[in-house]
Amino acid sequence: MLLREVAYAKPESLAEALEILAADDGARALAGGQTLINVMKARAGSPDTLVDLSGLDDLKGIELGADGTLELGAMTTYSEIIASSEARARPILGEVCAQIADVQVRNRGTIGGNACTNDPTNHLPPLLAALGARFTIAGRGGEQTVPAEEFFLGVYLTAVGTGELLTKITIPAGRNDGFAAVTLGVDGTCVVSAAASLNGSARLALGCVDAVPVVLSPSSTDPDAVRQAVRDTALDPPSDVHASSDYRRHLAEVLAVRAIEQAQRS
Amino acid sequence: MATSAVPTERAISVTVNGTTYDREVEARKLLIHFLRDDLDLTGSHIGCDTGNCGACSVIVDGTLVKSCMLLAVQADGARVETVEGLAAGDELSKLQQAFTAHHALQCGYCTPGMLMSATALLRANPSPSDDEIRKALQGNICRCTGYWNIFEAVKAAAE
Repeated sequence: MLLREVAYAKPESLAEALEILAADDGARALAGGQTLINVMKARAGSPDTLVDLSGLDDLKGIELGADGTLELGAMTTYSEIIASSEARARPILGEVCAQIADVQVRNRGTIGGNACTNDPTNHLPPLLAALGARFTIAGRGGEQTVPAEEFFLGVYLTAVGTGELLTKITIPAGRNDGFAAVTLGVDGTCVVSAAASLNGSARLALGCVDAVPVVLSPSSTDPDAVRQAVRDTALDPPSDVHASSDYRRHLAEVLAVRAIEQAQRS
Repeated sequence: MATSAVPTERAISVTVNGTTYDREVEARKLLIHFLRDDLDLTGSHIGCDTGNCGACSVIVDGTLVKSCMLLAVQADGARVETVEGLAAGDELSKLQQAFTAHHALQCGYCTPGMLMSATALLRANPSPSDDEIRKALQGNICRCTGYWNIFEAVKAAAE
């Protein structure tokens, strides 16, 4: 498919990237391109300028702090997370990244791209929300760090504004996590997903049932309590060819229990 | 149209199967089109053009990618391997010979992508398990549904 004409910049520094993004409101960041290139083919989006982030070393790499905190550069690919010994400090990360699409997509797709796309069917937004991840956004005026609740704002919409970039995702220490999803084929996009984290208090995040991950804190990990906590959120998920609203509500309860059970075993 | 001072074309240098090509390309050109139309390397196929089928799979700097989801300008400075580079002259690679021996191609449309995916797998993991072979070929669709013989060929090449 021939894309619409587009300008292309490959900045060598974060400052240069932010400058280009701020100068042109039709500019879009190009991370792994595993969503954006297809969006451009379909003309669902037609940026005037692509700002290729692959030359920005500041956005790459995985660091494990002495206290177990993980810092992942936004341009870190799924394959790099899967292969990283540091990322194994939070094993669920590599485990879920290995469930995204296929080898080729995992080799190019990035954690930052997945989060910034905030497609409700993506695996990582609910997972990152459950893990208590924090998102660092850089703009020309400086940087700010926000929790998931303030990062995911709507379908395809995050707190990263025009002229800004997500630079890194910070994940606190912990090991007792779980993820469960009903997907379109093995490793396909999610119909409904649930992520759980039992580090300290129980924290659940449900995906594909609302515009953003629905975060809740069940009073206990007992399956009935978990189901009740999901019911108490009064979900009103969309209906589509893959699942009716009622079926998604049902799946949310089932998958929440499964995610909690995995977190208890891990 | 682009209104900024950022150019819509770029001079790139890409090494494909050992030969370096210097070309001026439009930023909107996909790597698969660059390979097929500009370099006349038509071994890599366009199946779905949506990133699903894997017929366009090539290896870029040692990493397996779908070349319909990469711009040619993103491959500037890279070393690209395509199906044309697998054989040494007239000598097919062990994997290609295994595809022949096991009837791993019917219409052949998916074969270049299957070969590149399996080549990437066997480099990284010379003795894959059955599940690892299946997982490695997950991004490649065979429209003849001839998966079993493809699996057998990769398994034979691995042994």
